[in-house]
Amino acid sequence: MSATTTAPPADPAAEFLDRRSPLERARGVLHRYPALSPAIVLVLSVVVFGMLNERFLAPANLSLITQQVAVVGTLAVAQTLIILTAGIDLSVGSVMVLSSMVVAQVASGSGVPAALALLIGLATGVACGGLNGLLVTRLSLPPFIATLGTFSVFTALALLYSHGATVRGGDMPALLTWTGTTIPVGGVRVSTGVMLMLAAYLVAAYALSRTAWGKHVYAVGDDKEAARLSGISINRVLISVYLAAGAILALAAWIQIGRANAASPNVGVDMNLDSITAVVIGGTSLFGGRGTVWGTLLGALIVGVFRNGLSLAGLDVLYQTLAVGILVIVAVSLDQWIRKVRR
Amino acid sequence: MTTAETSVNGTPSPVATPVLRARGLVKTYGHVVGLDGVDLELYPGEVLAIIGDNGAGKSTLIKCLTGAEIPDQGEILLDGERVHFKRPQDARAAGIETVYQTLAVAPSLDIASNLYLGREVRRPGLLGSVLRLTDRAGMRKAARRHLTDLGISTLQDVTVPVESLSGGQRQAVAVARAAAFGSKVVVLDEPTAALGVRESGQVLELVRTLRDKGVPVIIISHNMPHVFEIADRIHVQRLGRRAATITPRSHTMTEAVALMTGAAEA
Repeated sequence: MSATTTAPPADPAAEFLDRRSPLERARGVLHRYPALSPAIVLVLSVVVFGMLNERFLAPANLSLITQQVAVVGTLAVAQTLIILTAGIDLSVGSVMVLSSMVVAQVASGSGVPAALALLIGLATGVACGGLNGLLVTRLSLPPFIATLGTFSVFTALALLYSHGATVRGGDMPALLTWTGTTIPVGGVRVSTGVMLMLAAYLVAAYALSRTAWGKHVYAVGDDKEAARLSGISINRVLISVYLAAGAILALAAWIQIGRANAASPNVGVDMNLDSITAVVIGGTSLFGGRGTVWGTLLGALIVGVFRNGLSLAGLDVLYQTLAVGILVIVAVSLDQWIRKVRR
Repeated sequence: MTTAETSVNGTPSPVATPVLRARGLVKTYGHVVGLDGVDLELYPGEVLAIIGDNGAGKSTLIKCLTGAEIPDQGEILLDGERVHFKRPQDARAAGIETVYQTLAVAPSLDIASNLYLGREVRRPGLLGSVLRLTDRAGMRKAARRHLTDLGISTLQDVTVPVESLSGGQRQAVAVARAAAFGSKVVVLDEPTAALGVRESGQVLELVRTLRDKGVPVIIISHNMPHVFEIADRIHVQRLGRRAATITPRSHTMTEAVALMTGAAEA
């Protein structure tokens, strides 16, 4: 008989017990609730920055953070929809800029009523989204390539259309800059732009979780073939997602005009990557089919809190960029680890 | 084409009208003949297994019956009525549900969402028509009932994502989805191919439950012991034709394999 003992005989009931380690169990919980990890990170970062600098938690500063987050936060709603279908949209910033230039020029130059100008801006956003959708479905281009191309096209169109000139807020009807006005809510001044952003989150969250369309968006991103065999028209779902994203980007254009009190063809084009950052930190998987818009809101707030907190701590803006970069890498690594729960 | 229609006690009476009947199905792909005049009958309340070597035309036959392929010639009758399926959705709308080998489930969606994927139920009134609100509570309740009806007692929490289930449980979800919507025929493509011994047993039990509820089942399988355990009749496909229709009582597994490979004639 061998001296080295083999493993003790398995308890027959053992397979019915939860034998996973605490770490594995935590992973299971994080896997089931994708918005949980960004929520923990947000709370921790608010606590830490609040302890580092007492001005951080001042109502005026909290109000500033929300306003700084409003535009990227709205872009990130559109980005979430597209990433849930296992796509990506590199053109969100340029669509927003093009839409904002159209709205500003039409309303300030040609005497078109402000409300009609906003509708024309909405149509611009939806048309841009529709073009992206057609390239992805009809031409079967990978979303990365299709939107890389349209990113340049929309950026150039915005510059050509505006002749590179900024339209100042004072030259526009008051309705266009209304999104920059603030309303006091319990000591904190909240801008109407922030409220419109939250409305976009509410509508997107409802559509994704409570309608058949939302289930189909998740199914298409999760497993295209399974969705097709279940009788879902993949192309119809994809087109609708890109159209909805275009409409949300037009809303972001309106919020941007109010926030900057101007419409500039040079500001916001680089927000594509910021929106992807918010989505990824918010726990939505780049592989599609997993994530929520609430996670994205938390992700956008985390980025805002880090940038604001680090700048209050007196650190150079380069350190903010460094910190956001590290956050993205940590978030994606965490996502990879959490996804290993899949059997 | 005359085939050996073996009549043994316990098999459905040949007088009964077949639920699903195929006559003289032909399907060619260029010069390759997939089906060369196949006949098939599925009677009420039976499990019909389809066996055959690779390339015998099993898959093509099933694709024609479930709308994934359109046969060049021949006819398909459902409840005695001639049907023409152009897409899988047509077959499904007519009451032929298929469980694909890949299961066609969305792993990150929960069990109830998967059962209702592609046919979600909306709330009545303006909530459903204007706000497109789905009846989540109603679908979950119905999903639990469907699972209980099929004796799948291990899956009572219909809100857990399918990816956290075992292979057999996923198969059960896919079968429950096929059976849940008043289907006339359920087609299972290699349902036990990826499963262990115990899970295979559970799936076969599920097929029996389905039959006992009066739903006729067509099952494609390479696994002879499973076929002989579950099938009432066995359709032997060979070289694009039906070589024979046998039963587990009329033939042994060895004889069935001989028919499949052409070593024996029916």
